Amino acid sequence: MDMPDSPGPLVRRHTCITRITHWTWAACLFFLLLSGLQIFNAHPVLYWGDQSGFEFDNAVLRIGAEDDRRFVVLFGMRARGFGVLGTSDGAARAFPQWATIPSGVDLATGRVIHFFFAWVFVATLLIWLAGALVAGRLRRDLLMRREHWAGLRSDLAAHLRFRCRHSARYGPLQRLSYGLVLFVLFPLMVLTGLAMSPGANAALPWLPEVLGGRQSARTLHFMVAAALTGFFIVHVAMVLLAGPLNEMRAILTGWYRADVGEVDDV
Amino acid sequence: MSDRLLTRRALLRAGMTAASASLLGGCKVLDGLSAPDNTIRRFMERANDLTMAMQRGVLNRDALATEYSAADIRQPQRPNGVTNPQDDAYLALKSTDFADYRLEVGGMVHQPLSLSLAQMRTMPVRRQITRHDCVEGWSCIADWTGVPLAYVLSVAGVRSEARYVLFHCFDTIERSLSGTVRYYETIDLVDARHPQTILAWGMNGAALPVPNGAPLRVRVERQLGYKMAKYIRAIELVDDFSAVGRGRGGYWEDRGYEWYAGI
Repeated sequence: MDMPDSPGPLVRRHTCITRITHWTWAACLFFLLLSGLQIFNAHPVLYWGDQSGFEFDNAVLRIGAEDDRRFVVLFGMRARGFGVLGTSDGAARAFPQWATIPSGVDLATGRVIHFFFAWVFVATLLIWLAGALVAGRLRRDLLMRREHWAGLRSDLAAHLRFRCRHSARYGPLQRLSYGLVLFVLFPLMVLTGLAMSPGANAALPWLPEVLGGRQSARTLHFMVAAALTGFFIVHVAMVLLAGPLNEMRAILTGWYRADVGEVDDV
Repeated sequence: MSDRLLTRRALLRAGMTAASASLLGGCKVLDGLSAPDNTIRRFMERANDLTMAMQRGVLNRDALATEYSAADIRQPQRPNGVTNPQDDAYLALKSTDFADYRLEVGGMVHQPLSLSLAQMRTMPVRRQITRHDCVEGWSCIADWTGVPLAYVLSVAGVRSEARYVLFHCFDTIERSLSGTVRYYETIDLVDARHPQTILAWGMNGAALPVPNGAPLRVRVERQLGYKMAKYIRAIELVDDFSAVGRGRGGYWEDRGYEWYAGI
């Protein structure tokens, strides 16, 4: 937080690689999510297993419209289509025009955009990991030490009460959520994506198998995308609550204004 | 408490307004990417070359697609695209149960062939239970029987300058003012000579049904369904496909889909 009466020192919080990869991922998330919804719309049903049940039921999620009535079926529970799902401008489609790239029905272009940014995403992940390893930042910034696990509960309680007093060093909740995104959700996104590729499946048959089959991988891909979208929303909210100017300065320029007395070894 | 609620509500409202504004603005602006000659689109399409290079160069290029057991066949193979061709030549052949059907094999071969279904059934047989992945996102497992394309190519003798196998099909998939468009596809010789690439005349223990491409379709098990041409009339070995259709190597490729559909 910026406190005019007690200006703490400016400290280097983010490396150049962290800042560049952060914004590249932000762009990737935007394009991958919206082109991904375009691809989902081509067959707005998710299944569990190797194949899609047309003559049997292994559907997990189904979004559509019948006789002008929208519906969403989740795990066999049927609900009336709510909000924007089911139709858009009178035509049956799962996610509406404003949520897809391109806005109209265009699976081919959605795939072109999706696979381009998928490669950008993977390259960014590798560059970030190499940079973080070389600089030794993983242990310093993301590793959950004993004191972080011990402080997790009170940190979570404070965040739930919208008391987000961030400091120059990441707190327990920041370490845990950033670590989960970088080392669990991001790799899962790549692996579930690869598990849908028939070419990659032939060379790496264990991949769809451990994920429960190609259609399960497609379902997981969708679920992890939803989790990343949830992370994005909470992440932006936390930035706003924790002092958006200082946080934005840090992720743009690298410099973060710490509290007085907080910094000793940065 | 009340100020909390207000904060939360205001936050939600501000967030949703910002998000929807950026999405609305973003998406319409990006619709230009749908145009086939859009410069940025052409650049993005090159990521698919990287995908192909990785799948062919880094992963095992001879890998076999997963084969399933009979218990995994739980439903009929879902047909897609054209499912009942109305072209005269096709209807005539269908009326006699394809007894007069001949597969023409030509182009850059030493020995052009004209093969009946009976002749192809006496050739080496490969049977495989595989998963068909549609570009739309769904999958379906079925049992396919046919002659390896590699065998037919070896009988015809592929000339050294040939690079692609071009499938000419019976079915008209599009009628427009500029004429009718029949389905066509191309694959390269790596996929053409892959052991699981077969000219299938049988499916799930019976003759190949009309909706699934009777009398003959190709299986290219490491790519998506649109590569696996149905209702095959002729096979032509070519060194270049830029003069066929709109020049991108297939009916769906001409409409924006990737030529290499291994992803």
